Amino acid sequence: MGIVGWTYVFVIASFSLYIGIAIRTRADTTQSFYVAGRGVPAIVNGMATGADWMSAASFISMAGLISFMGYTGTIYLMGWTGGYVLLALFLAPYLRKYGKFTVPEFVGERYYSQAARVVAVVCAIFISFTYVAGQMRGVGVVFSRFLEVPVEQGVLIGMLLVFVYATLGGMRGITYTQAAQYVVLIIAYLIPAAAISWKITGNPIPQFGFGDRVLEGQNAGMYLLEALDQIHRDLALPEYTAAYVPGKKSMVDVFAITLALMTGTAGLPHVLVRFYTVKSAKAARWSAMWALIFIGILYTTAPAVAAFARVNMIQTLNGTPYAEAPEWFKNWEKTGLIEFDDRNGDGIMVYSGRPEINELQVDPDIMVLANPEIARLPAWVVGLVAAGALAAALSTAAGLLLVISTSISHDLFKSIFIRNLSERAELRLARISAGVAVVIAGIFGIYPPGFVAQVVAFAFGLAASSFFPILVLGIFSQRVNKEGAISGMLTGILFTAGYIIYFRYINPTGGPDQWLFGISPEGIGSIGMLLNLVVTLTVSRFTPAPPAHVQRLIAEIRLPRMRPTGKLI
Amino acid sequence: MGDQSIDVKHYWRAMLRLIAWLLVCWFVVSFGLGILLVEPLNQFHIGGFPLGFWFAQQGSIYVFMLLIFIYAWRADRLASRYGVD
Repeated sequence: MGIVGWTYVFVIASFSLYIGIAIRTRADTTQSFYVAGRGVPAIVNGMATGADWMSAASFISMAGLISFMGYTGTIYLMGWTGGYVLLALFLAPYLRKYGKFTVPEFVGERYYSQAARVVAVVCAIFISFTYVAGQMRGVGVVFSRFLEVPVEQGVLIGMLLVFVYATLGGMRGITYTQAAQYVVLIIAYLIPAAAISWKITGNPIPQFGFGDRVLEGQNAGMYLLEALDQIHRDLALPEYTAAYVPGKKSMVDVFAITLALMTGTAGLPHVLVRFYTVKSAKAARWSAMWALIFIGILYTTAPAVAAFARVNMIQTLNGTPYAEAPEWFKNWEKTGLIEFDDRNGDGIMVYSGRPEINELQVDPDIMVLANPEIARLPAWVVGLVAAGALAAALSTAAGLLLVISTSISHDLFKSIFIRNLSERAELRLARISAGVAVVIAGIFGIYPPGFVAQVVAFAFGLAASSFFPILVLGIFSQRVNKEGAISGMLTGILFTAGYIIYFRYINPTGGPDQWLFGISPEGIGSIGMLLNLVVTLTVSRFTPAPPAHVQRLIAEIRLPRMRPTGKLI
Repeated sequence: MGDQSIDVKHYWRAMLRLIAWLLVCWFVVSFGLGILLVEPLNQFHIGGFPLGFWFAQQGSIYVFMLLIFIYAWRADRLASRYGVD
């Protein structure tokens, strides 16, 4: 059986599993639709959070990006894991103690303001749509490359599947399918990584393997990373493990981007809402630990995959005659993600850091998906990787769609337009909004607006500069008030959005010498976050303290104990 | 703070201390060892890894996991010691 056959086997098997789980975990109340009835065990929620968080970007793109960035890939590795420490220390247990259903709801009540809630809802919807478009696109790419169906049909199948379990099961259905999807995606990530590590270094644990010696070939006996640095020097590229050499990001920028990604992660609504689903504040803390362990398994494997893929890619292609190019090269050439331009007409492929002689353009996105083929692993591994990539994309899409539907039915309709909405009507509305959101996401997936990739940085910047400071201050300061939070959020958002829009659209050629303190638009969310913090604290000092009932609410959410009535105060 | 007892105040102060310590570790290992000090640390090696590079791409993530574990464990103990669980 070939690659296509195996891919069908794994994709059909995993999809049947997800549908089966969705049917068994149907939601019949808003409590169950929004927060899975609050009975999810900490470890299951940790797994679900892992799948919810690890998207097509983590599974498909990240190792490829690191592979091309070397040391600088650290921004993703630390940025997307370190945020969980902040989440655990500052947010998860307290948001769980607060209870209720959504993050904007907390903002509205803590800052006793509908306006604050609306700003929060708009941010939540914007962040989630930005993100979900990328997931549907990832689904389309996997289908078109491995199952050889057109991208549109791939997106359509993905849409149907998410539609079934998100609208039927709500958070309950999503939680258990996400846990299953975690298992599928992590197996699919680890098997090829271990096989490649074992093949190159004789050590089957990738985390150790990429610090080990190469077994055979021209670099036999050298440490893998040493060999990689050597190869890079020979090709006039900056050394792989070197930090702040010419051609790589500066220290200031690496610092700022990492901070923006960390605080952004801790402010993402679809991640925060997962902590509403566990039993208690205590369970929320343990659940954050499980989440980071499950995420860390993939995130510590990714840099190993990156290094192995880099060596394999360069050694198989550089200096090889085009006529003898491996089969995977031809397959990916059709997708336009890898290109050979024979400039000197000698028929031999040249990869180099010098643009005037380089003849190969390789899109980082193919590294993970093509890796098993490059390393000549059996066809079933390739099929498994395809199923894993789909699990990563679909699980994240479902989590985001739920945030969108909850925001619309609960934060907009129930709280602003129709206050006396019955539970049945609200549940129906939540299902309809989830359905509409799936369709819009699908359309974005089929006709991707050019700005999708660009706005992902924006989504993180926005989450960092809007949500993170006011959520943390809302819990840790009793003095911070409505006036402070609203002016802080607006300052953070306007500054971050203004900076990104300026350097993307108005002055796109502006480079590091024009950037504020040398910080790129990707990292500016960290400055927006600090501005928000300073403005919120300053304005709060000069305006009246929050009313007594809000002060009591803050005092209450700080304590892990649950009142027998289930009411907060 | 209305009806809050002495225990609750002590619990919260102990909690803030715990959070502060963990936050310092979080900063030192990620921003300190992985970013600010990466170049001097790369002079040293563990196996085939330059040390700074290892902290940036591996070590920091292991420490993050450990920090959340310590936090969840100590927070449970604080809650039961001050009777707020």
